Amino acid sequence: MRPLLEGIPRRSLAALAAAGAALLAAPAVADPYVLSVLILCLYFAYVGQAWNIMMGFAGQLSLGHSLYVGVGAYASALLFVKFGVNPWFGALAAIAVCTALGLVIGVLAFRFGIAGVYFAILTIAFAEFTRIGFDHWQWAGASGGLFLPVAYRETSDVLTLRGSPTMFYYVMLAFAAGALVLCRMLLVSRLGYYWRAIREDETAAEALGINAFGYKMAAVALSSALTALGGVFFAFYYNNLFPEQIFSMGRSIEIILGPIIGGIGTLIGPIVGAFLLTPLADSLSELMAWLGIDTPGVKHVFYGTCLLAVVVFLPNGVWPPIARRLGLDAERARRR
Amino acid sequence: MPLDFYLNATLSGALTGLVYGLMALGLSVIFGVVRVVNFAHGEMMTAAMYVAILLAAALGLDPLVAMFPIGALMFVAGYLLQRTLINPFIVRPEHTQFMLMVAVAIILVNAQLLIFGPNARNVQVEYALDSYAIGEIIIDKVRVYAALAALAVAAALFAFFRFTLTGKAIRACADNHLGAQVVGLNVKQLYAITFGIGAACVGAAGCMLLLLVDVTPVQGPGYTLLAFIIVIVGGMGSLTGALVAGLVIGVSEALGGLLILPSAKSMATFAILILVLLFRPEGLLGRRA
Repeated sequence: MRPLLEGIPRRSLAALAAAGAALLAAPAVADPYVLSVLILCLYFAYVGQAWNIMMGFAGQLSLGHSLYVGVGAYASALLFVKFGVNPWFGALAAIAVCTALGLVIGVLAFRFGIAGVYFAILTIAFAEFTRIGFDHWQWAGASGGLFLPVAYRETSDVLTLRGSPTMFYYVMLAFAAGALVLCRMLLVSRLGYYWRAIREDETAAEALGINAFGYKMAAVALSSALTALGGVFFAFYYNNLFPEQIFSMGRSIEIILGPIIGGIGTLIGPIVGAFLLTPLADSLSELMAWLGIDTPGVKHVFYGTCLLAVVVFLPNGVWPPIARRLGLDAERARRR
Repeated sequence: MPLDFYLNATLSGALTGLVYGLMALGLSVIFGVVRVVNFAHGEMMTAAMYVAILLAAALGLDPLVAMFPIGALMFVAGYLLQRTLINPFIVRPEHTQFMLMVAVAIILVNAQLLIFGPNARNVQVEYALDSYAIGEIIIDKVRVYAALAALAVAAALFAFFRFTLTGKAIRACADNHLGAQVVGLNVKQLYAITFGIGAACVGAAGCMLLLLVDVTPVQGPGYTLLAFIIVIVGGMGSLTGALVAGLVIGVSEALGGLLILPSAKSMATFAILILVLLFRPEGLLGRRA
């Protein structure tokens, strides 16, 4: 426990505890609409955190994370719909399949020295390839989609993952909190230091005797396993899956927007990014509806402009400067 | 299915592929020189296609004629984009460049959606249904025209890089950034010109493609990805490679659509990409970096 919290200023811990308490209490005051937005925020915070392990920690840019969300969702949903397998056992299967997929992509890429933009394109190619495959896989519903029976909506049963939005909210909150703690543990571990060494300079890291291939594989495996769990949640929360949507390139980009806007490589960045972007997108829709503008596109032009502004003016993301201003970053505490 | 059926598909795929090649050429030029990943490439092409539709509707201009003013327009747009927005990002990490271009792409796609609506549009030319018959093989006239135009523009580009001073200076920048600065080249200016040339290429390719396909605002990302795949398959920085890979991908799309399913035609494309990345990561005609 000690190394886990070491070096974090006390006021940061207090702020984190306050945010956690607020999130725990939120369903009591939030109306169904706000709750649904919060669930989405937590979902993006979680998958953003998972993606951040690969890019933020180990420096491997994946633009195809919708692959793991999609395969995770389909694996657990198919097991549930076709064989009545409990979602949590299905989740184990989903994690196994996605980790295997991640490892295959990792072996192919890292063994052949594919890096940077090439690696990113390879991840997109795998996601798109899988999308088209699922589009034609009749047993899995093909392009017509796969639907989960919606039942027991009034009673909440975590063991079968069927229940009210409040239940899903707490499940997602637990996932997001778990991912945050896990990532913190990883960052202060030997593995975390190796990853960052590889991210900064792979050749130098290897010269120091770090097995870059092995640790990059570990990053891909962990990231894909965590993302698979996000997919399982997606399947049982939305109850319908369409290859066109779940595997699309747009989905992959949505996943990575949060961490990039929040601050890549930081622990809080993915969370801050998700909680900024999701409500922004949603309130924009609300605003457009209120103004009586229903032309498609207006919302996303504005969204894109916001994104552009952040990328141009805050190249390290939103969170690092905020943390510095509030005195929540570790550097400042050490200087005192 | 008889053999000439396949021959037909192969030939028309190859002709379409040449236009793809020109589109990818624009990306390759930008990527090879400025070292910025233009993730808004397909979106830029879509914008050019809409301008061509407007010109056809207002002045009755054939897209193959409209490609000259549109190329010039795209050159100016690309030049300004590089000068204002992208230039500060050249020294920043890859993922920030990527985010910048994604933001530009999101704005472009949705501005097009806003202005032109979600429906597919196209341009009707008089010779749209004409075709040449060589024995059993029948080729659409539009496809031949588009491919010839693509070849002509590509040839002009090759000549520019080979024989003009500016072209040579741009190649010097791509070869050795520091060296280019040392001998007094205005690298910023040359980068902006390069981006303009890349944009003009993709604009011209858009005009040609307009003869063959419909335009929708949401098509952009797909073409961006296609252009990337072609550049990687052909080999980064190799201009001939982009054309050859365009040809390969065009044929594979046509045959894939025929042999598997029309909706699964891009599976062949992705399979080729994965194979090339694994067994010849430098690309068909590229040199190992």
